[in-house]
Amino acid sequence: MSAKVAFTIDGKTVQGEQGQTILQAAALASIYIPHLCAMKGLSPWGSCRVCTVLVNGRPQAACTTPVAEGAVVENDTAELKDLRSSLVEMLFVEGNHYCMFCEKSGNCELQAMAYRLGILAMRHPYMFPVRTLDASHPDVMVELNRCILCARCIRASQELDGKHVFDFVGRGSHRHIGVNAATGAGGTNLKVTDKAAEACPVGSIVKKRVGFAVPIGQRLYDSKPIGSAIESGRAAKG
Amino acid sequence: MANKPKLATVSLAGCFGCHMSVLDIDDRILELIELVEFDRSPINDIKEIKGRCAVGIVEGGCCNEENVHVLKHFREHCDVLISTGDCATMGGIPALRNTIPLQECLEEAYLKGPTVYNPRGKLPNDPEIPLLLDKVYPCHEVVKMDYHLPGCPPSADTLWQALVALLTGKPIALPYELIKYD
Repeated sequence: MSAKVAFTIDGKTVQGEQGQTILQAAALASIYIPHLCAMKGLSPWGSCRVCTVLVNGRPQAACTTPVAEGAVVENDTAELKDLRSSLVEMLFVEGNHYCMFCEKSGNCELQAMAYRLGILAMRHPYMFPVRTLDASHPDVMVELNRCILCARCIRASQELDGKHVFDFVGRGSHRHIGVNAATGAGGTNLKVTDKAAEACPVGSIVKKRVGFAVPIGQRLYDSKPIGSAIESGRAAKG
Repeated sequence: MANKPKLATVSLAGCFGCHMSVLDIDDRILELIELVEFDRSPINDIKEIKGRCAVGIVEGGCCNEENVHVLKHFREHCDVLISTGDCATMGGIPALRNTIPLQECLEEAYLKGPTVYNPRGKLPNDPEIPLLLDKVYPCHEVVKMDYHLPGCPPSADTLWQALVALLTGKPIALPYELIKYD
């Protein structure tokens, strides 16, 4: 068993273990730190920065920062909430997020994060970028208008499926998800049963023909905020 | 009752769905008219704001110059202006054209579309028709908006609770279930 590491989050003492990240230790202590690119079972990534916390006064991504003895972590503060809101708003304006007809609405982690943070409108101007939709795969749609570049599909494909279906293409504001076939997702060895097909937090990689199997209003985040499972201690048990 | 605060509503580049949601408050509309007097609104078909309004509800974003004109008119005459619905807060369905150049949109709609019948082969260009903007803009990118109620449409309960809070001088504190983007 790994060595115990004691630190505090918002004044509450948390017992972590050597090698855990702050995000993991917090979840096991039923403390929710908002996050998007981090996903249980995938290696830490640290790209979305929504999990930014103050560690001994310095901003750090909780999903990539290891626990340290005696560290003082601030998570639930007005300042951090505003920073996270701004990050989430940037993700909204730099893509084309039409929640009103998106089949992921209600199950979407980006949308749920905005709900939890109480975002009513975006402070940044909308960019309305030109992005592509790839429906060439018989069972899976790749809709880059909704992509937030979290790399969960890339990591899931490599780390869990043992494949290399997705990866980043391009640089800077041109960076986007590409698939490992010139003919689109239909030309890859992606299967609808792959972990990569369900790792997407938004509606960018969705399974076909099941989009509205659960009606709007009865979905994951329709009545309970994202993070409720962690806060109620379910993450610690399972 | 005299001296009731006035409420004005308008649909810009919207589908009137948000106004349908206002009507969806059902019999509470009787309570609403105890609280407010309707100024300009599609509900009473008054075309111009006649007096100072306490609250203005704006459905839809701005897709043409007339929308901008009306929105500025509302900003001038309303104390509190509310963006209502996804079109007002983010452009909504009309903003789907924002990734396509305006000229291409017009050509598809009036010249090249598979079901177009237009023997004169001309784009509409009558001075009576408001000019389209290059893009569809959410309201807060055109004038200052004081509050936003997203949703497609925002539910009747969302509109009702927000309006009652505003008209009775309380802060708008909506429960989690009432702020939705879909």
